Amino acid sequence: MTVKYTEDHEWLKIEGDTATVGITVHAQDALGDVVFVDLPAVGTVFAQKETAGVVESVKAAADVYMPVSGEVIEVNEALRDDPSLANSDPLGAGWFFKVKLSDASQLDALMDETSYTAFSANA
Amino acid sequence: MSNPEILLKTPLHDLHVELGARMVPFAGYSMPVQYPAGLMAEHLHTRQAAGLFDVSHMGQLRLVGPDAAAALESLMPVDVMDLPVGKQRYGLLLNDEGGVIDDLMFFNRNMADSANGGDLFLIVNGACKVGDIAHIQQKIGSRCRVIPMPEMALMALQGPQAVTALQRLAPGVEKLVFMTGGRFTVAGCDCFLTRSGYTGEDGFEISVHESQADTLARALLAQPEVKPVGLGARNSLRLEAGLCLYGNDIDTSTTPVEASLNWAIQKVRRTGGARAGGFPGADKILAQLADPAVTLTRKRVGLVALERIPVRDHTELQSTDGAAIGEVTSGLLGPSINQPVAMGYVRPEFAAIGTRVNAMVRGKAVPMEVSAMPFVPNRYFRG
Repeated sequence: MTVKYTEDHEWLKIEGDTATVGITVHAQDALGDVVFVDLPAVGTVFAQKETAGVVESVKAAADVYMPVSGEVIEVNEALRDDPSLANSDPLGAGWFFKVKLSDASQLDALMDETSYTAFSANA
Repeated sequence: MSNPEILLKTPLHDLHVELGARMVPFAGYSMPVQYPAGLMAEHLHTRQAAGLFDVSHMGQLRLVGPDAAAALESLMPVDVMDLPVGKQRYGLLLNDEGGVIDDLMFFNRNMADSANGGDLFLIVNGACKVGDIAHIQQKIGSRCRVIPMPEMALMALQGPQAVTALQRLAPGVEKLVFMTGGRFTVAGCDCFLTRSGYTGEDGFEISVHESQADTLARALLAQPEVKPVGLGARNSLRLEAGLCLYGNDIDTSTTPVEASLNWAIQKVRRTGGARAGGFPGADKILAQLADPAVTLTRKRVGLVALERIPVRDHTELQSTDGAAIGEVTSGLLGPSINQPVAMGYVRPEFAAIGTRVNAMVRGKAVPMEVSAMPFVPNRYFRG
């Protein structure tokens, strides 16, 4: 299993041709207490970098971008009910959605953990 | 303003950093937006116990001289002259079009006895203070002395347990009621404090010399009820309390009547009153008060979303049949009521409480209902 990161502070856990997507520890920390998430509809097909959702804290709202092109095959209903999961367990129970990859080569340009750690330290 | 190298620091800056605050630029200052506890916890702690806020970015000034009250009345649609000694009131500086230059608090510190140090003590918004002082100086500087107090820090102690914490350090403060104040020694520091605030809770605002600010803040934070609270929660607390934020909900394009601040215009300054008019924009504002149905094109209202979707500043408001009727000026998910709340301006025919409107959030209509404010009941101590 591989984990990749985007410059928009999302993480992707890749298993076969499926990626689970969430926001990073850095992203949830910058946002503060998450109070609302808007998740995409299952079955929607997105191009890479399209806006697929929204995450809001009391003080700010941020778009969640589709990190890779593909079809949304599952969303985290538990996160919809309890948006604070994005703060308490951003890399686990606070995942946002799963996407079926349409172009696995897009993964090559994303950051690995070492690169992302350096990137977010300067963000 | 966005260049961190030119940001000003309050006398509590080092304390904020030591407490782990996230510092952001605000009104030209580096200010704590939140501490490690986070906005939500800080907000709820203030509603349940007591929060300490650094608001030293705000402007403090004195007006001194026998004509100071009458002079200030020439700038505001507010009764200044009859304010009793020892009392505080809300005021609005207006431009010639009746627009709001700033909102402020003023306090009668025995203003009639200026020979013995009496004054009118004003607290104005941080982002407006330079302009306010210039405006006041230009308009009434020949009638009274205008004395800025940049050497003074300001902090607010807010919440139902604020009085318990403060009276331990300054016995007697518990006898003050809402919008009164006086001089007290708190933890060895010389303070001028008022029982007032910007959260809807009981609490105090404390003016202290910058040299004693750190000592005072640490003494307050040492009380078991008190935790530090940042500007983020200050905003969510004031919005739940239905209080305007200058620059969002009121500005030079809004009049007090449009802003539903009629309560701030005492009868004595209205048509038929003993000192009616005589303030900037009086013709327009008195006409709006006399005949709102004809003269008003918009009105500030409170709004509660009927779905759990936050509705933010600048969101368009529509009627249920899709006509544009106004805009949200402040909005967020209220941490205490766990519901999205907002205030904004709508056409007057949509201002009645209970009116259904739609907020257009990311192209989707979020149903909202015009609601009475405050959204959370005030808990001021009135004795």
